Amino acid sequence: MTTEATSAAKKAVVQTSQKQPRVYGRGKARLQKGLVYGAAVLTFAVLLFLIAYILINGVPHLKPSLFEWTYNSDNVSMMPAILTTVEMTLLALVLAVPLGLFTAVYLNEYASRGNKLVNIIRITTETLSGIPSIVYGLFGMLFFVTQLHWGYSLLAGAMTLAIMILPLIMRTAEEALISVPDTFREGSFGLGAGRLRTVFRIVLPSAMPGILSGIILAIGRIVGETAALIFTAGTMAQIPGLFQSGRTLAIHMYVLSGEGLHMNEAYATAVVLLVVVLLMNALSALVAKKLTKK
Amino acid sequence: MKNLLEKVMHGVFFVCALASILAVALICVFLFANGIPAIREIGVLDFLTGTTWKPGNDVYGILPMIVGSIYITAGAIIIGVPIGLLTAIFMAFYCPKRIYGVLKPCTELLAGIPSIVYGFFGMVVIAPVVLDVAKFFGAKISSGSTILSASILLGIMILPTIIGVSEAALRAVPNAYYEGAVAMGATHERAIFSVMLPAAKSGVLAGIVLGIGRAIGETMAVIMVAGNQPRLTGSLLKGIRTMTANIVIEMGYATGLHREALIATGVVLFVFILLINLTFSVLKRRKDA
Repeated sequence: MTTEATSAAKKAVVQTSQKQPRVYGRGKARLQKGLVYGAAVLTFAVLLFLIAYILINGVPHLKPSLFEWTYNSDNVSMMPAILTTVEMTLLALVLAVPLGLFTAVYLNEYASRGNKLVNIIRITTETLSGIPSIVYGLFGMLFFVTQLHWGYSLLAGAMTLAIMILPLIMRTAEEALISVPDTFREGSFGLGAGRLRTVFRIVLPSAMPGILSGIILAIGRIVGETAALIFTAGTMAQIPGLFQSGRTLAIHMYVLSGEGLHMNEAYATAVVLLVVVLLMNALSALVAKKLTKK
Repeated sequence: MKNLLEKVMHGVFFVCALASILAVALICVFLFANGIPAIREIGVLDFLTGTTWKPGNDVYGILPMIVGSIYITAGAIIIGVPIGLLTAIFMAFYCPKRIYGVLKPCTELLAGIPSIVYGFFGMVVIAPVVLDVAKFFGAKISSGSTILSASILLGIMILPTIIGVSEAALRAVPNAYYEGAVAMGATHERAIFSVMLPAAKSGVLAGIVLGIGRAIGETMAVIMVAGNQPRLTGSLLKGIRTMTANIVIEMGYATGLHREALIATGVVLFVFILLINLTFSVLKRRKDA
């Protein structure tokens, strides 16, 4: 009797001391692994579902009439919005790319290390990249639209966007410049080239893929921007001159979905926006890949 | 002649470099100069802690909007951080190299989708689903535009930020930590969750703070799913208005003090953002040190 009891007790002890902790640890590890895989699947499933949902619901509504030259209440054509988007993108890039690129050149090629001004520039750039687009929109409205009396205009919108994408252009350009090996510069100096010639002939060409992929990302942001443009470029559906109001595709979509009368056209606009962004991302990745291959 | 050109271009580069400083200065000056007089006229306390927003009666209290922004941001963090962090762990430690080449651009794509498209998706998919599920459980609501829907949508929108920063932080932890843990008998999971994750803590925190900044500043997507009623509410299934939504919805027709009060709302939002940015850079410095 007693021996049986003790052996049973021993068994129990053995079981608890050996098996239970191990099983518990394994269970925990399994749970953690499951959570990690589950989260990853969820993340990418959401992305796939979003893209598929927009495409499936939007593509059937992409009718030729949506690409007619003029917008009216019967046919809410997106053609003026597409052209406005192109104009807006080009103008914002013309303003922001030289500024951002030259800033990067100054920081990386000219300024001495530990320069106080360089630190301030970095801090302000970081600040700029954290400011939400609605605050840019407010500023653009107060400064360009009201203070400078430009009114709701293409130019006011483009200036606002230029400030918004400045940190992005700058950061990518700087990273590209940093990745150019110092031996390139030394070689150029050794052959008697000045600093300026070295920058334009040697450094910038070798950094081009990185700079380009930054610019392409910036295009993606401009195309998708809404909040910064509503109160700077306005919402007129026309092909605008420099001082006229115009709506980009994203704003076109906001107006349509806000009215609630043209949901099908809003779906179609979402498809166009999504395709543009997909293309821009793919293009940027492609260009960046070229950089690493070299 | 050549020297002159060198000097001129040096000057040009220098002036361009000052652009970002000028931009920040202009933004601060114009926002504060246009917003602070309104705050003074309404009264700082009345403005910040007033619970009614009735422009028609000249009553401007933005507490409901401040609380709204905080609610929705908190909801987004509760939903987005666990999923984002676990996905980052997957990307850093589990993902086979081949699949990684596909998934990494996907997270960048997630960041590149315009907020208006997210908002539209929230409006036509998330809000109706929330409405149906809530009705199924017996809630008496008539619209799916709720705090919950906005939180889910923003939770999705901050995923790429959380994933990107956390993954970089996890990859920055020396591999010797992992090897040491495994050598002492830890499982792959235990090495990651008990050693690597704590070591990457400040980087992960920086990612979360950046996510908070994104969420609190998000405008268009929130407007389309949050309902936008300027009120204080404790229910997840009621609509609410954020500071960002307040500006966009009413700025179009506002005049006089009303307009200035909206700009002042922007000032409060801007101050929030500056504080969040400051926290982020402190965390980032600490990580680098």
